[in-house]
Parts: sequence; C-alpha cells; structure tokens
Amino acid sequence: MKKLNLFYLSFLAIVIVLFYIFVDNQFYKSILIYIMINAINASMLNILFGYTGVISLGQAAFYGIGAYTTGILTVHFGCNPLLTILIGILIASFVAFLVGYPTLKLHGHYLAMATLGFGMILYIFFNEFSNYTGGPSGLVGIPKLSLFGFGLDNEDKFYVFISIYFFIFSILLELFDKSYMSYKLKFIKESEFASKSFGVNVSRVKLIVFVLVAAVTSLTGSIFAFYSGFISPVSFNLKYSIDIFIMATVGGLGSIVGGTLGATMLTAFPELITNFEDYEMIIYGTLLLIIIMFFPQGIAGIFKKFWGRYVKS
Amino acid sequence: MVLVFTTVALADIKLGAIFSITGPASYLGLPEKQTLEMLVEELNKKNGINGEKIDLIIYDDKGEDAEARKKFLRLVQNDKVIAVIGPSRTGTSLAIKELAQEMGIPLISVAASKTIVYPVQKYIFKTPQSDEQAVEKIYDYLKKNGKKKIAIITSQDGFGDTGRNALIAEAKNYELEVVADERFKDTDKDMTSQLSKIAAKKPDAVICWGVGPAPAVIAKNYKQLNMNIPLFMSHGVASKKFIELAGAAADGIYLPAGRLVVVDKLPDSDKYKPILMAYKKSFEAKFNSHVSPFGGYAYDAFHLFKMAVEKAGKDKAKIADALQNVKGFVGVTGVFNMSKDDHNGLGKESFMMIRIKNGEWEIAE
Repeated sequence: MKKLNLFYLSFLAIVIVLFYIFVDNQFYKSILIYIMINAINASMLNILFGYTGVISLGQAAFYGIGAYTTGILTVHFGCNPLLTILIGILIASFVAFLVGYPTLKLHGHYLAMATLGFGMILYIFFNEFSNYTGGPSGLVGIPKLSLFGFGLDNEDKFYVFISIYFFIFSILLELFDKSYMSYKLKFIKESEFASKSFGVNVSRVKLIVFVLVAAVTSLTGSIFAFYSGFISPVSFNLKYSIDIFIMATVGGLGSIVGGTLGATMLTAFPELITNFEDYEMIIYGTLLLIIIMFFPQGIAGIFKKFWGRYVKS
Repeated sequence: MVLVFTTVALADIKLGAIFSITGPASYLGLPEKQTLEMLVEELNKKNGINGEKIDLIIYDDKGEDAEARKKFLRLVQNDKVIAVIGPSRTGTSLAIKELAQEMGIPLISVAASKTIVYPVQKYIFKTPQSDEQAVEKIYDYLKKNGKKKIAIITSQDGFGDTGRNALIAEAKNYELEVVADERFKDTDKDMTSQLSKIAAKKPDAVICWGVGPAPAVIAKNYKQLNMNIPLFMSHGVASKKFIELAGAAADGIYLPAGRLVVVDKLPDSDKYKPILMAYKKSFEAKFNSHVSPFGGYAYDAFHLFKMAVEKAGKDKAKIADALQNVKGFVGVTGVFNMSKDDHNGLGKESFMMIRIKNGEWEIAE
C-alpha cells in the first residue's frame, strides 16, 4: 500500500482556511462553495469512469434525486432536514440499483446512451410531477440547514460547513485511492476478462461502485438544496451531467485529484474571464481544446509531468 | 458573458441587470438587454439622474438558477450596485429573491409569475402582468357577451399550469362553468381528440393556454373540425410568429395582449400611445428588429428605478420605499399603482382584448 499524499491534503486545508480568513467577499465564497460541490460530483464520476471504466451521463439525475427529496420533504411535509438527506441517499441508492443492474452489462456508447436516457427521464419527471416538485418554475422555500443549534444561514457559515464536508470527502478519496479497492477497479477498467479470470466478480463490483457513487452524489444534491434554498429542474438537466463529465476529463481521469482540479478550473475560470465579454466562449473553448489535445491525462497529467518528483498524485 | 456597457468616468449610480441573454430563454433576455442599454445610453446623454450618470452592468445567467445566484452575488459584492433589474425567467427570479431580500437590494424582476411578488417582500418587485389579470380580462369579455359555459385546454408546462389554476379559480367569481378541462403537451402534433371531447360538451367558448407551436396546431385542428365556438388564447401567443404558424386558421381568435402589438391602431387620445410609439420607434431604429413585449418589461423596470432614485437618492431602503409608493406611472405594459400589498401594481386594464383578422391584430373591445 502506498503512502497517503499528505502534501495534497495539507495544501487543501491551508487554502480553504486562508481563504476563509482573508477573503471577506460573499461572491468569492459562493464561487468556492460551487467549486467544492462540483469537485465532489466530478470526483465521484471520476471513480466511476476514470477508475472503473463505467461511463455515466446521468449523474445529474442522482444529484437531483437528493435535492428534490430534501426539497419536497422539507417544504411539503416539514420533515427533519437531516432525515431528508438520509432518505435521499436511500432513494438514490435504490434507483441506482434498479438502473444499474440491467444497464451495467452494457459497455461504451450503449452504456452512455442508457444512462443519458435515464437522466432525461428523471428530468422530465422533475418537470411534470409539478404538484410536488413545483414543475418548471421550481420549488421555493427550502429551509436553511441547522446543525447542533448552528443555523447555516449565510455564505460564511455555509462555507465552513461545506469545507469540512469537502475535506472529509477528500481524505476518504485519498484513502480510497491508496487502497486495494482502487487497484481492483483499475484492473476491471484495463480488462474485464483478465479480472474475471483472477476471480473478481465484475458485475457485482461495478454495481456496488455505481450505487455508492449515486449515494454520495445524492448527499451532495441535498446539501446543494439547503444552500440555494430553491431548486428547479434546470439545475439537474443533461447539461450538468455533461459539465461534470468535462470537469472529470479535463481534470484528469483516473487521478484522484482530477475531479477537484477540473472542477476548480471549469468553475472559476469562466468567472475570471467574464470581462472579455464576447470572447469569453472562444477563450474557454480554446483552453479546453488545448488540454484535451496535448494533455490527454488532464491537468493532473500536467502536474505529474512537471512536478512528478515532488507531488505524487 | 459580461457586457459592461458603459464605463463612464464619473459614473455614480451603479445599476445591475441579469438577463438570460444566451440559452433557451434568450428570446426573453435579448430584447430586455437591448432595451436597457438603449435607455441608459439615452439618459446618460441627457445628464443622467439628478446630474449623475448611470453605470450599467449586465450579466448573462444563461437561464440557469445557479448562474443567476452567482451573478447576483457578483453584482452586489464586487460591483456594488444599488439595485438589480431582472432576471428574465420565473425560476431564476425565485432563485435569487430570498438573497435580494436578505441583503436589502431592490430587485425589479421582469418575469411573469405571481409567486415572485406574493407574499410581498420589501425589496422585491416585478413589471410584467400576472396570468390572473389575463384571465380576468377574458372572463370580463365573456360575461359582457353573456357566455355561461367554458371549456379550457392548457399546456403541460409552467405557463399552462399557472394559467389553468387561474382559469379554474377565477371561474367561480364570474359565474362561469368549466365544462371541460383538457391538457396537451408542447410537442403534440395533433389535438383533434381533445378538441372533439370539448365539442361534445357544447361550451359557449373555448380557452387555450399555451406558448410556442402547440397553440397554432390547436387553431388549425379547430378549423378542420369546423368548430364555430369562439376560441380564446392567452397572451403567450401575442407574437407575429403565432400568426405565421397558424396561417388562415388564426383568423377570428381572441386574446388578451399588451397594447404594444396594436399601437398603430390605438386612437390618438389613448394615454399609452405616445410612450409606446416613442419606445417602438427608437427600438426599431436602433436594432432593426421588431419591438417585443419582453423588452417593454425592461423598459418599465428601468423607468421605475429611475423614478425611485430621483425621489429617494441612492439609499437602497429608501429606493424600495419609493418603488412601493409609485402611483399612476404610465409604462409600456400598463399603469403601475404600487402599494404595500401589491409590488406589481398592474391591473387587468393593462391588457386589451384583441382579435386576429386577415393576419393582423385588431382591437376587439
């Protein structure tokens, strides 16, 4: 077993804490909150696609299940907020099991199509089940989350909460990366037949990973619902599935920091270049093109290439 | 995509705006952005408000909730604006209204839904009419013409849903009986089955509530089935596009619409005519495209902001109070009479009943 990348973890912790101390601007904090949310989603997709080789274009649906379960149960039924997070995770896991069991037998384009279809179905469901979801105009009035008597009612407090969540998540991710499990998944990605011949129960492992990824994505969705206080189907459409897919790819597939790097860049970069007005899209597109063409292993690959000796990712 | 339009050296009044300039709702955002830019440019040439020029900062929310939220925080925290106009969609408006209220930033939305301003919050306003007012306008007309039984056919989306709720809720107040309640999907290519069911119930009038191509399909099927019952549509089809799609089948359809579409046919004595003509002329001269009611919402929002700042200065709480006290302002959409119970301020008279005849709009009342 390899050693944990303590450099990366302490770097994350320092950045998060310094940002909290020195930046007194809610706009920048909100950007960082979105970065962390996207980073978790992209990292989970990275485990699914980058490690295991299971492509999914329906991750926004699991994200939406979490958000809508929390939204509906708190707004219409006045449930305990923490309980709704748990129920969301259970529903998402169950749905992931139902969807994953038949579809994970597919590969490549076929699996992409199946998960894409699943995402579309859920998107239509969020729109049409309007008695509860509020339909296309959205669900208003989701209460703020409060933990142990602390109300997370502004960007500052929420920033602290999501930082802790994100940091714990990063540690778990790092532990996973250095564990036997990650090698098993990469083995499946390399060759399903070879791993089968070594006694790995491929379909079972894939299903477990799919369900676990859906559960974490749903948890993040619930937290997003508490953060924004308002949800509408637009946040859970195909575009979001593709966005996190791009984040994972640009960040670096199969590298544990890939999701975080990709999410940081693709969330923060458009905000930095908004002042270029009409050229924004061109700059953004060119950058993506360069990374994909010249650095197929993503941003994580660039780091590895130049600082490989010092930073083991 | 930011469009910092004017960076005037002595810019003193900072006004923010969030519109859906790209994405699926760009048909709303683009005319809104163009109108606002045009108005600010005109006003700055005339020395601005109380001698202070306006610095307008417009951001694009792409029609997404999260994007609208980010851009709103950016306007407030980085650009330090004193008020925000927009967003274009109901969803994006709802996504930021709590934030605007908490931070004490006057927000003048240009989206339609009543839920934006009900329950009333100190800092939240909107300029478009609500669906209820369109429904009341139709029902007034029906009652005046002695109709008793109505059939409704509504689309299964946000617009159709709120319309349907309003149609059913208001029917009692006007002693109308809803004898049929049919739904359709935006993508349906044939509505004869729903319409046949409606015809069997023999209503005195049929009301269709939807936007896009589907209402045009209904108009065509209506003619094919030879239904002679008067057909009413919502203000959602008040565009030339609808007449193009429905062709000859559009003839004879009634709908409530803002005065902007029939501005040429208004009598000279009409109090709206000068302001509508002025807006239409300057917009069409500058952008070489047809003026739309959506741009009109931004027009009204900007003038409300201007009036409030003229009266209250740059204090945000005072601007909100001044907005709440606006009375009798004649805008493009209608006459605004704000009060502490009504942060929209429009009545049903902001609509006119219009009839389509030979592919043209005609005043029906």
